[in-house]
Amino acid sequence: MRQYIDFYHEVKETIARRSCDEMNACREAALHTFSSQGFPSQKVERYRYAQVEADFSPNYGIALTPLAAKLPPHCFRIAEAESRVRAIYNKVADKDDSIVALNTMLCVDTLVVHVPRGVRVEHPIQISNILKGEQDTMVCRRILIVMDELAEASVIITDRAASQNHFLTNQVIEVVMGEGSHLSLYDVEETHLLCTRYSSVFVQQGRNSRLHHTCLTLFNGHTRNRLDVMLQGEGSEVTANGCVIADKMQRVDNNTLIDHQVPGCTSGELYKYVLDDNAVGAFAGKVLVRPGAQRTASNETNANLLATRTARMYAQPMLEIYADDVRCSHGSTVGQMDEAALFYMRQRGIDEQEARLLLKAAFITEVIETIPLESLRDRLRVLVDKRLRGELSKCEGCKLCK
Amino acid sequence: MEERNSFVREVAEKKYEYGFTTDVQTDIIEKGLSEDIVRLISKKKEEPEWLLDFRLKAYRYWLTQEAPTWGHLKMPHIDYQDISYYADPTKSKGKKQGEKEIDPELMKTFDKLGIPLEERMALAGTAVDAVMDSVSVKTTFREKLSEKGIIFCSISEAVREHPDIVREYLGSVVPYRDNFFAALNSAVFSDGSFVYIPKGVRCPMELSTYFRINARGTGQFERTLIVCDDDAYVSYLEGCTAPMRDENQLHAAIVEIVVKERAEVKYSTVQNWYPGDSEGRGGVLNLVTKRGHLRGANSRLSWTQVETGSAITWKYPSCILSGDGSQAEFYSVAVTNNYQQADTGTKMIHIGRNTRSTIISKGISAGKSQNAYRGLVRVAPTADGARNYSSCDSLLLGSNCGAHTFPYMDVQCETAVVEHEATTSKISEDQLFYCNQRGISTEEAVSLIVNGYAKEVINKLPMEFAVEAQKLLGVSLEGSVG
Repeated sequence: MRQYIDFYHEVKETIARRSCDEMNACREAALHTFSSQGFPSQKVERYRYAQVEADFSPNYGIALTPLAAKLPPHCFRIAEAESRVRAIYNKVADKDDSIVALNTMLCVDTLVVHVPRGVRVEHPIQISNILKGEQDTMVCRRILIVMDELAEASVIITDRAASQNHFLTNQVIEVVMGEGSHLSLYDVEETHLLCTRYSSVFVQQGRNSRLHHTCLTLFNGHTRNRLDVMLQGEGSEVTANGCVIADKMQRVDNNTLIDHQVPGCTSGELYKYVLDDNAVGAFAGKVLVRPGAQRTASNETNANLLATRTARMYAQPMLEIYADDVRCSHGSTVGQMDEAALFYMRQRGIDEQEARLLLKAAFITEVIETIPLESLRDRLRVLVDKRLRGELSKCEGCKLCK
Repeated sequence: MEERNSFVREVAEKKYEYGFTTDVQTDIIEKGLSEDIVRLISKKKEEPEWLLDFRLKAYRYWLTQEAPTWGHLKMPHIDYQDISYYADPTKSKGKKQGEKEIDPELMKTFDKLGIPLEERMALAGTAVDAVMDSVSVKTTFREKLSEKGIIFCSISEAVREHPDIVREYLGSVVPYRDNFFAALNSAVFSDGSFVYIPKGVRCPMELSTYFRINARGTGQFERTLIVCDDDAYVSYLEGCTAPMRDENQLHAAIVEIVVKERAEVKYSTVQNWYPGDSEGRGGVLNLVTKRGHLRGANSRLSWTQVETGSAITWKYPSCILSGDGSQAEFYSVAVTNNYQQADTGTKMIHIGRNTRSTIISKGISAGKSQNAYRGLVRVAPTADGARNYSSCDSLLLGSNCGAHTFPYMDVQCETAVVEHEATTSKISEDQLFYCNQRGISTEEAVSLIVNGYAKEVINKLPMEFAVEAQKLLGVSLEGSVG
């Protein structure tokens, strides 16, 4: 922990110079939070299944470069965004979280996606993060998505690694959704075993807005995804889905909070895990219905498949309800492949390995099928199939890998 | 609406039936906790050296611990120096220890509570151990049971008469280092029941303990130990009440159960400690550690609990399934009203092969209460073919209460199947409408639906208790319909 504080003091001026006022204004408070709290231990309920201290202790080089690429429409560097959009920075994220604080301290630039009122963005906006470097690197990444009233967009965020170094990503995404806006947000991770990722996504939803969030972990080292959705406008709706395929020594922890603050909101969650070898999976999903949030409907499903004796799954679906006119449910299962289905396929001449693969793919496909974007759906089906066959060591069609 | 409100008021103001106090001569030691107090308790009970050592070790460990705060509870501050750790209502002036006569006032108390202390109640067919404050008052049917080799007595007597068995099992399921309250209990526990069922014996009657806190400013720290040897069977019931007081009384008990090969234990609780008044003043703090260890192959343990009382209930009757093929069940109805808080559930630790567990939990919250289910299902890598099914339902009556579910699943075995499902809702308008249409008033319909909702659990209780539990549900709930 000390190393990060020392580093910050060392490069404070450089960061401030390369950054903008809104971001610089938050740094000292973040430093205070981080240095007073340190890294959360496993006694902190939301970090029960993460090994934060161990993940952050290696000595990483820290990247301090601002965004350079030419940005497509609706995307801006924070310094170039409208002032009212800039003012939202760090207003949605949980300021008391030390991982977020560390990001706020060290992040140099923020990518802003701002869709103005009534605009429907035809093509999905894809943000490709490619980790490449000569040495072990830590990356602090920050994205701010602002959807004005009635705006509509799809944003795809992909994480890839193009060199075999250790990478540590600390990503914070803040999303503000105005009245009646629609957003589909996809987060696809396909890195490698040496990559550690901490992602914290915070969403504020206005009246009648609709969010579809899908988080796919296809290949990784250690990953912790946090998703907090604050339903603040009546009639808002959120679907948060995710799937995980993990084997070897991978760890994946999805931690979600759906906070029903006002009446008449709907939420749905579906998370599926396939765990092989020594993989460790964790899912903790909390649905909070605040006092007065009547007519809430919420459903949460978490299904997990353990393929080996050494894989381990922690599941923790939680309901915390303070209003009576609600309909909330959750279900969670841990089990193995259906022997009857395997037998059926083998009878028809499909060898056992292939049959198991088909079952795993079918299991995961339930999540993929919920994705409204057809082209992404097709692409993901292919990726899942390759992943299960162990062929996803390199990303295809990417210039950097060749 | 007006009419319904008056009904609500009427039932809501219904008093806690068991809230009287008994004026008996009680020997209470001074408040506070120190090594001297632990020694004094041990001395008063004429305990052997090893037990004093056990208490002192527990006390020293307790000193190093801090009270846990992770429960979904707003705990009042407990001043452990402001509690008297021993109160003996059987001690009358001028009488020597050992020749205890039961105070007639005391007998009246238990009569009032409807506890059959006299053999004339033989028809009831239940053997009772009655514990008031810190001391076991009387245990019935002992001779009849001893014919079969069953030992059923207070734990202090067991320490004197069967020291070997007690020494072997005491603290073997819940060690004194288990948690803060377990350490406290191990240091100062006063009385409780001891049951030993020898090999191959089916206990012919229900064994029952009735706990009552009577004296002011005291806590109750009872300890129950049940050992069920190979092929034996016992059904054990526990009931509790306390007077109405505006202070919070502490009840920190430990229940340990050892189940050997092919043995079966049924443990039922109807917990009706004083819940505090409608403003949330007073009430018992019920902080209990209950655990069963299924040591033998094909052993069975079933916990059934109906929780209607206590200002705060914080307990997780648990099972460690280490015998191959062992089966555990947990059936619970927890009702909270007014300002009551409950954080209760179970832990199922699967270690043996082909172990099975079932969890059925029904929470009902009304008034301004908070009711949480918290449960852990852990499957160790050795538990091949383990199976768990958990179902937790919560019913909300009123818009100011809370119902929460915190299940934890930790699975490390590919051949295990673990399922959990939970729902939270209020009584459906459709069901109410259906009943109303058929001439059943809303209040009756609610009581009908709630009883139906809890039936799955109540059915698991022995009959006498089932009737009591159903009545309790009525009292605790109907007031909150609105």
